[in-house]
Amino acid sequence: MFKINEIMKKQPFSIPEKERANLFNRGLRYLNSHHYENCLEYKAILDAFNYDQDNNHSYDQFPFLPVRLFKEYNLLSINKNKIFKTLNSSGTSGKKVSKIALDKENANIQTKVLTKIVSTVLGNKRLPMLVIDSKSVLKDRNNFSARSAGIIGFSIFGRDVTYALNDNYEIDIENIIDFTTRHKNEKIISFGFTSIIWKNFIQYIIDNKIKLPKLDGTMIHGGGWKKLSDLKVDNSLFKKNVFDVSGINNVINYYGMVEQTGSIFLECSMGYLHTSNFSDIIIRRNDFSTCNFNEIGLVQLISLLPTSYPGHNIISEDLGEIIGIDDCKCGNFGKYFVIHGRAERAEIRGCSDTVE
Amino acid sequence: MAGLKELKSGVVVIQLNRLDNLNIVAGTENVNIVTDKPFCSSSLTFLHELSSIIRKSTEAKLFPDLMAFSFWCRKGNLEQFKKDQINLERRLGRGLVFHIAPSNVPLNFAYSYIFGLLSGNANIVKVPSREFPQSEFLCNTIDDLLQKKKYKILFNNSAFIKYDKENDITKYLSSICDVRIVWGGDSTIKNIRQFSTPVRSIDIAFADRYSICVIDLEKLIKLSGEDLFKIAGLFYNDTYLMDQNACSSPHMVIWLGKKNKSLRNKFWKILEKHVKRNYEMESISVIDKYTKLCQTAIDLNTPFELINYDNLIYRLSLNELPENIHKFRSNCGYFFEYEVSSLDEISHVINKKYQTLTYFGLDQTFLVDFIVNNKLHGIDRVVPIGKALDMDLIWDGFEVVNSLSRIINYS
Repeated sequence: MFKINEIMKKQPFSIPEKERANLFNRGLRYLNSHHYENCLEYKAILDAFNYDQDNNHSYDQFPFLPVRLFKEYNLLSINKNKIFKTLNSSGTSGKKVSKIALDKENANIQTKVLTKIVSTVLGNKRLPMLVIDSKSVLKDRNNFSARSAGIIGFSIFGRDVTYALNDNYEIDIENIIDFTTRHKNEKIISFGFTSIIWKNFIQYIIDNKIKLPKLDGTMIHGGGWKKLSDLKVDNSLFKKNVFDVSGINNVINYYGMVEQTGSIFLECSMGYLHTSNFSDIIIRRNDFSTCNFNEIGLVQLISLLPTSYPGHNIISEDLGEIIGIDDCKCGNFGKYFVIHGRAERAEIRGCSDTVE
Repeated sequence: MAGLKELKSGVVVIQLNRLDNLNIVAGTENVNIVTDKPFCSSSLTFLHELSSIIRKSTEAKLFPDLMAFSFWCRKGNLEQFKKDQINLERRLGRGLVFHIAPSNVPLNFAYSYIFGLLSGNANIVKVPSREFPQSEFLCNTIDDLLQKKKYKILFNNSAFIKYDKENDITKYLSSICDVRIVWGGDSTIKNIRQFSTPVRSIDIAFADRYSICVIDLEKLIKLSGEDLFKIAGLFYNDTYLMDQNACSSPHMVIWLGKKNKSLRNKFWKILEKHVKRNYEMESISVIDKYTKLCQTAIDLNTPFELINYDNLIYRLSLNELPENIHKFRSNCGYFFEYEVSSLDEISHVINKKYQTLTYFGLDQTFLVDFIVNNKLHGIDRVVPIGKALDMDLIWDGFEVVNSLSRIINYS
């Protein structure tokens, strides 16, 4: 038996490698059998792999699900009537989205873990919060997108939560001026999605020569670099632009998937993303053997949180590399790594596709 | 919309330059609907000259598909095709063929064009809007060649066009063509079918298909190591060269004869050598295949044994053959296999989706008899292992030249 509460009291970046390996071996073994017994699809997959649960493998050899599977199936390890809310990944219209079913307990744990991780950079005091988004994304409360879930999730770290964009996703300059007037000489926090901040905030301010009141505080942002890497915008350029338009000099990127909400990865003071006590990352080559440090491969993500759906061990379509373990100059334990965006879809040859 | 213009001679001309957002990449902007006899000498000379230009080009050598194309349209091959035809002297092209080629096969448009050309038609060919260096090369080469005086008639009745998702253009060209040829997946074909064609015109859809390979174990066992390596190499060519995504690439291997697991293992092991040596697997293809594997585990109601060769080959061995097995196809090295003592054991799954049967160690007429005598709904093509990707003028059950031309009956 494994209970997440065992590690809830610890500082979230505090467990050294050897202890972590033991924890993940035990925790994931428990989650494997939990989902095997409660999720028919998960069982079917492990059976097809001829997977022996009583092996002595270490957790890097445990089976993982491809993340796209959550778009194709409603994978549940709970009874349907126990679903408390469903998270959806944000997807463009027409594309399939992930559907993540949470029961009360799992939703609760996600919030707790998110709080633990994020409070390491924001502290425990709630600060005035400026969300770089429009309030209208929250309107459909029954259908949580990753964006609205992110905003709601992070809103607990702020007070006087104010939205920087109006319903048309344009800068609401009066609203921002009112916000800064209310909080003169106070540190603030700002939250948003990377591509929205770039396009609807930074670019909009530059294009329209808007003069923003100076902000002082921390910005947390995440949600995919794909659109920005197409525009050749990297992390340092992003940071520089945020500072130039707003004065915010502490810009922190986070990485995570809707399949593993809660146990997110935060950028440290050295610019690397870190695993916490609740999460792990493994980088794999195309044959699924594990990469060495500084070798780019497919990103596998592990979380000790998911109990209501089998999302504890997934392989993504992102590419990344691990830089090291436990010895990051920032002082935090855990693996530290870099994400390099999506694995590109080269055009597959063949005659089964469309005419566009 | 564009105008049809009738010349004094009675020839109808389609003025493509009147269409918005359309780009002509080769041929004319005023397409004359002039027909000819199938295999007319100017089309044969043109294709022969095209073939030799490509074969002499150093740039073309970079693209195996371009080389295969030039080899296919060389004089000798076309003469052979001509010999196989009957009643050529009383056939004429149907008129205008509108070709819609798939977006992800660079040179498919050119094969489609040759179908129309050899049948004696005027042709408007939609080239994939995506950029492929080999299709750009081929369009330029065709365009240059068509400029020659001797090909004036061909120039006047050929247009290669590009456009993006412009339904208006598809709608217009559909409304005036005598034959519409669409290559693509089911949803693409359905989408294009919403645009009606004239009542007398015919619609040919080369839809998504499923293919299999039958190997006689008792013949395979007699091969020397060297020959076994060759056969596995031919199988590699049939599958991995087009990422196993061509309709005619086998998705399932049927092992015929006395059960022999070690021989099967040996075959796959040798195939793995070919794949390791020649194939570059993309990370995203690995994820695609792995996802498909999990979907198969969830949705296929029959248990299977999985053997994974470093994600290069997924080999899914079946103990029984479910009727819907064709729905579980994937690509880039994803194979089902099934052992039988007689081909009758697979006839219950063969449906209209099945296109090509490649074989090793069997008699061609025996296989054709198997299809005809059992009145199977599928399998339009039986070719030896290694020939899966060879284009033919009989395709998907159509005799292309006969379908694209009309015959003058007399009695």
